[in-house]
Amino acid sequence: MPVAIYITASAGISKARVFKNEKSVFENKTADLPDFLLAIYHHFGLKYPKFHKMDYLSKAGWLASEVLLKDSYEAGKYKPEEVGVVLTNASSSLDTDLKYFESTKDIASPALFVYTLPNIVIGEICIRNGLKGESAFFIFETFDPDFIENYVSNLINNNILQACICGWVELIGEEWLIVLFLVEKNLNKADHPLAAIGTESMVFKKENLNKIYHLING
Amino acid sequence: MDKLIQDLKVQIIAQLNLQEVKPEDIGDDQPLFVEGLGLDSIDALELIVLLQQQYKIKLSNAEDGPKVFRSVKTIAEYITDHQAQNSQQ
Repeated sequence: MPVAIYITASAGISKARVFKNEKSVFENKTADLPDFLLAIYHHFGLKYPKFHKMDYLSKAGWLASEVLLKDSYEAGKYKPEEVGVVLTNASSSLDTDLKYFESTKDIASPALFVYTLPNIVIGEICIRNGLKGESAFFIFETFDPDFIENYVSNLINNNILQACICGWVELIGEEWLIVLFLVEKNLNKADHPLAAIGTESMVFKKENLNKIYHLING
Repeated sequence: MDKLIQDLKVQIIAQLNLQEVKPEDIGDDQPLFVEGLGLDSIDALELIVLLQQQYKIKLSNAEDGPKVFRSVKTIAEYITDHQAQNSQQ
């Protein structure tokens, strides 16, 4: 039987802004991609040396997950196997694939090669947070909230997951858009900051996913 | 040898993207893997690439890797030995 599922947090990285729960929390209009990602890393006081070795897709997705989970996710609330990650995008890992291809003209870079799959960003998020639940990466031409709602609801309704990080992690060249959602079966309305404005906007359904996606996309 | 060790520290930081590490943070004899700098197997491959790109040295025997890449000093000694052998040929 389907259970109530909620979007308990959202986060995103647009061309020049970082969002948390539908509010802009950081802005830098002048930086190019590498500097913008590094500026986000420093702004949020992150300390994770592995970050500097990641490709841009993983950096962007990982940074968004840090913003998403900060103050919204209690480590230990779920078993590692109960939290999954389901991500989607349009360009797969093409940004890094092309850089790796260039490197093969001299000496192929092992460090680039290991990022020539889109689901590596999921691995980076899972390693950081000790998550071991179901994970999957899908390629779509455009953001597909209908698919995300159906796929993640199925995982939660069948008790495969209790919580899931899901969303859109698109990056190629100088174009990027990251939109992540933390989705949970249970909602402690008394404690949750978003509950004060009413839980209807937090229900995990395509209309709410779409609304947040378009807010972050501008 | 001292100049080579200093050069290697700068090159290792650049090659491995160790952006939060400074050359002076790396001891000459400090282990590079596991308990030292915490490098992993992909980093080991990048060190092999560094030797090829910067010093034109190909690690001929993979089993020598752990001994050669134990520390910056052992890498410098390997390069020095290799260059000495080449100059004699």
